Amino acid sequence: MTLATTTRRGALKALGAGTAAAALPLWARYAGAQSAAPIRIGFQKHATGIGATYGRWYERVSQAAVKRINEAGGINGRPVELVTEDDGTDPKRGAEVVEKFALEHNCDIAFGTLFSHVVMGSAPRAGELKLPYFVVSEGHHVASGALNRWTLQPGITDVKSQVRAMAPWVAANLGKKVTMIFPDYAFGHDHRDNFSEAIAAAGGEIAGLIAIPPTETSFTRYFPQVPAETEVIYHVMVGPGVLTFVKEMGEFFGPSRPQVFGFIDSLEGVDLTSPGLEFLEGTYFWEGNPRYAQPDQTSHDKAYRAAVGVDDNGASVDDPRDVSTYAHMFGCWETLNVIRAGMEAAGYAGPEDRQKLVEAVEAMTEMPLSDDHPQGAKVFNGKTHQVFGPQYISKVEGGRLNVVHTASIEDGMYPDEVDYTTQPF
Amino acid sequence: MDFGPHLMLALIEGAVLSAVLALTAAGLSLVFGVMRVVNVAHGEFYMLGAVAAWFVAAAVGGAGPAAFLAALALAPLAVCALAAAADLAVLRRIAHDPERTIVATIGLLYILQQATLMGFGPDARPVAPPFNARIAIPWPVWEEGGLALTWPWGLSVTTYKLFVIAAAAAVLAGLWLMLTRTRAGLVMRATQWDRETATAFGIPVERVYALTFGLGAGLAALAGVLVVPIQQAHYLMGGDALLLSFIVVIIGGLGSLPGTLVAALLIGMSEGIVSVFFSPTLAKILATLLVALVLVFRPQGLFGAAGR
Amino acid sequence: MRAAGLHLGLVGLLLAAHFVLPAYHHGVLARVMVLAAYATGYNLLFGYTGLLSLGHAMFFAAGMYGAGLGVRFLALDPGLALLAGVAAGALLGLAVGLLALRTAGVAFMIVTLMFAQATHLGILLAGRWTRGDEGFVLQGPERVVLGLDLGDAAIRYLAAWALFSAVLLLVLRLVSLPAGRVLVAIRENEERARLLGYDTRAHKLRAVVLSAAIAAAAGAAYALLFGYVGATFASVQYSILPLLWVLLGGAGTVIGPFLGTLLMFYLIDTASGLTPAYMLVAGLALVLLTLFAPQGLAGEVRRRLAPWLP
Repeated sequence: MTLATTTRRGALKALGAGTAAAALPLWARYAGAQSAAPIRIGFQKHATGIGATYGRWYERVSQAAVKRINEAGGINGRPVELVTEDDGTDPKRGAEVVEKFALEHNCDIAFGTLFSHVVMGSAPRAGELKLPYFVVSEGHHVASGALNRWTLQPGITDVKSQVRAMAPWVAANLGKKVTMIFPDYAFGHDHRDNFSEAIAAAGGEIAGLIAIPPTETSFTRYFPQVPAETEVIYHVMVGPGVLTFVKEMGEFFGPSRPQVFGFIDSLEGVDLTSPGLEFLEGTYFWEGNPRYAQPDQTSHDKAYRAAVGVDDNGASVDDPRDVSTYAHMFGCWETLNVIRAGMEAAGYAGPEDRQKLVEAVEAMTEMPLSDDHPQGAKVFNGKTHQVFGPQYISKVEGGRLNVVHTASIEDGMYPDEVDYTTQPF
Repeated sequence: MDFGPHLMLALIEGAVLSAVLALTAAGLSLVFGVMRVVNVAHGEFYMLGAVAAWFVAAAVGGAGPAAFLAALALAPLAVCALAAAADLAVLRRIAHDPERTIVATIGLLYILQQATLMGFGPDARPVAPPFNARIAIPWPVWEEGGLALTWPWGLSVTTYKLFVIAAAAAVLAGLWLMLTRTRAGLVMRATQWDRETATAFGIPVERVYALTFGLGAGLAALAGVLVVPIQQAHYLMGGDALLLSFIVVIIGGLGSLPGTLVAALLIGMSEGIVSVFFSPTLAKILATLLVALVLVFRPQGLFGAAGR
Repeated sequence: MRAAGLHLGLVGLLLAAHFVLPAYHHGVLARVMVLAAYATGYNLLFGYTGLLSLGHAMFFAAGMYGAGLGVRFLALDPGLALLAGVAAGALLGLAVGLLALRTAGVAFMIVTLMFAQATHLGILLAGRWTRGDEGFVLQGPERVVLGLDLGDAAIRYLAAWALFSAVLLLVLRLVSLPAGRVLVAIRENEERARLLGYDTRAHKLRAVVLSAAIAAAAGAAYALLFGYVGATFASVQYSILPLLWVLLGGAGTVIGPFLGTLLMFYLIDTASGLTPAYMLVAGLALVLLTLFAPQGLAGEVRRRLAPWLP
């Protein structure tokens, strides 16, 4: 680590040149005089805007994870405190919030962003401010090399990996001719490109590609474009229109539908027994984490459910109609545990150790199934800053999701596209 | 799906969209026409109608049509009263000045949206339709020996969607009768024509404005109630509704109810039909440019008087 | 004279602020200056010429993508990229102006709104290059001009300051020239201006193009200074924001757009620290503003204290 130390000195010198000079004394004062003060984690929350459904649950899970960490003695003997700021699910406000965490709130790190455009808008500022930025986004932006050394995604598998892990099972069990319905922007294009490639590799083919423009609120007129030879419909939609989408798909196909495979993103936070969703019976979903407690539920999932206040149906224990974003929000829990492990490994004492924290996380590899990682065992790739984990395929039976297949970590692996560890801090 | 049935389906869907749009836009057109102000919060009243419908339906409970009918009756009234109160509390005090009204209604938009987010939450929530049978539509084809009916895969409509079209048509007809045949309509038209003279004739202009503002919001809310079994209530649903109905009002010609109806059909149908021929996002772009060019070459709108 | 003194004073004050502001507010002000340049360009069309556009985000985005795509795919130097962005915005302004100026009033609002929506969707359609809504990041090395790293806080601030000062003084000069007075005459009564022999169409077209070019300069600067290019900036919301900033600060005043942008930022930033319902606070503030300061901040100052304010 001699090399890294040198670059760190260089980085600190460079820091002194800019306005960070004005901020540096603040950090130093904080770290020196108040070493027993809480570790402050800036939580970038989608409290308003289109991400608000997720933001609410991301915050609940994050608070529960922090509570658990504090009850176990905090990090390096210091309590942890979540500093929440709304980013409006907007990339400009996201960048402003990151600045606020670093310079105004004196946060040690920033954490918790889901929507890709907010990550993309915020990450350059996090890099410039040398603020470790832990996203829980499932976007492929981190592993694609588009971001920087200070941005990491150690708690949730990215979309490229998720999609590739699905293709072999879909081709083997549902059908070879697949028509994809996806939103016509980057997230949907990631699904289109990666699944097209992976299904061809699995011996299947794409029968049709139907891109839905954003802000669309009615979908029926798109379904006629589904080719008649289609054996499987693959759907992934996000945003407030998703329930309409699934409902209208049911009304369109009526009783004679092809096999249907969807990403639960289409129905995250939505009660499967909502009126109009009867059609989903017998269809399949990708789930990042099984919403309904399974017969072979691990003790880790049980403990996690209890800690975040979610019942066996994936809804809030206080209100059974308040369905969680169960397939994604575990990422907040696991990321915070990675942060704790990283800070402990780095001997993190304050903002001057931020680089050491990034290096410590980069050095991680295996993360076994445990209370810290209740979704499943993970493998972290320090070069691409991206974690890989198992994926689940569930079938809707009697209005609940039953896991029928677990894709292994290896199913979702792909060659590295970047090596962040060669980049300077 | 074959071309013919595909187009048929696009037309049916376009008709549903047009019906909802015509109701929302009629409300905006009324406010625009009579009061000469742009109500930026109009989409939020549409949203409030849908949200209020969810609350009413949840309070009544049950799976039958009673919950929906109660929502249909109560939600627009509540929104109407709220809007009239907002007009009296804010817009009246700034004398319905056009620019100040834009800022004030943007403020109102923020307030309503945030209040809904806190009271209703960020999730999309459905209300069960009172009835929702799927009706397959036959399609005639020539075969040996004459005309035969086929049942193309997917060509269908639900009874509820037909009800939405009928309900919107009935409400718009009622509005037309009210404006042209009743004393209240006469007073509104007089105020629209010349505010000073109306005042001189003893018309309580302020009260007419409050009622117009409330009625406009109520129409938007009614559209929101009708749409909620199809599209769910969501706190951000007002944005697109505002933009689309704004466009419809201008294309139709300011303050012209028949123009608004025709423009709603044009907008609702054009997107559907263009999407049969082009990839969806390209279709949206083309439909948008098409409508913009209509205005460029006919700035007063389809039914507006020239040189106003 | 007083006017020149006031605005030069603001420029000087902003330069002085560079040396004294704490890091957070220093960064905030850099962003506010870029956005205030956008608002100032918007105000030229709305406040001075009386044309309410609801589609200025397309010009901001033209600058942002003109610069961002230039850097990404043509490896342009950031200085050239800025010019490319401004050129893209001015060209778009010319095309939109030629069509949209056939209309007036609310029809102008709608036509600009729809052209902006088409632009937004076009950016999504060209997802292969633009990465659609997700956008793309301009990395550090792509943002170095003449050895100056635009990602460095001090350089960013000074670049934003230079842009804003140039736009502010340009508009200040313009409105004192006969050409600027014609714009105000058009706003007050276009028919009369035409009868006086002015080619109002040409003057309006020039105002649209200049306003679009300034908006594009701000968009290009945002991309280069903050390293992100995304379709969100082409959405309706970013067309409404400059209108809001200008109305808040005072339409038809040179200093108003800056005041409005600054105030709106701190209103939201402060309120969000106090309550999760900060939009409620912002909404109430807007309503109160229309009730008690209808001309916007600078407009009220002009009305009550300083009638000479340009």
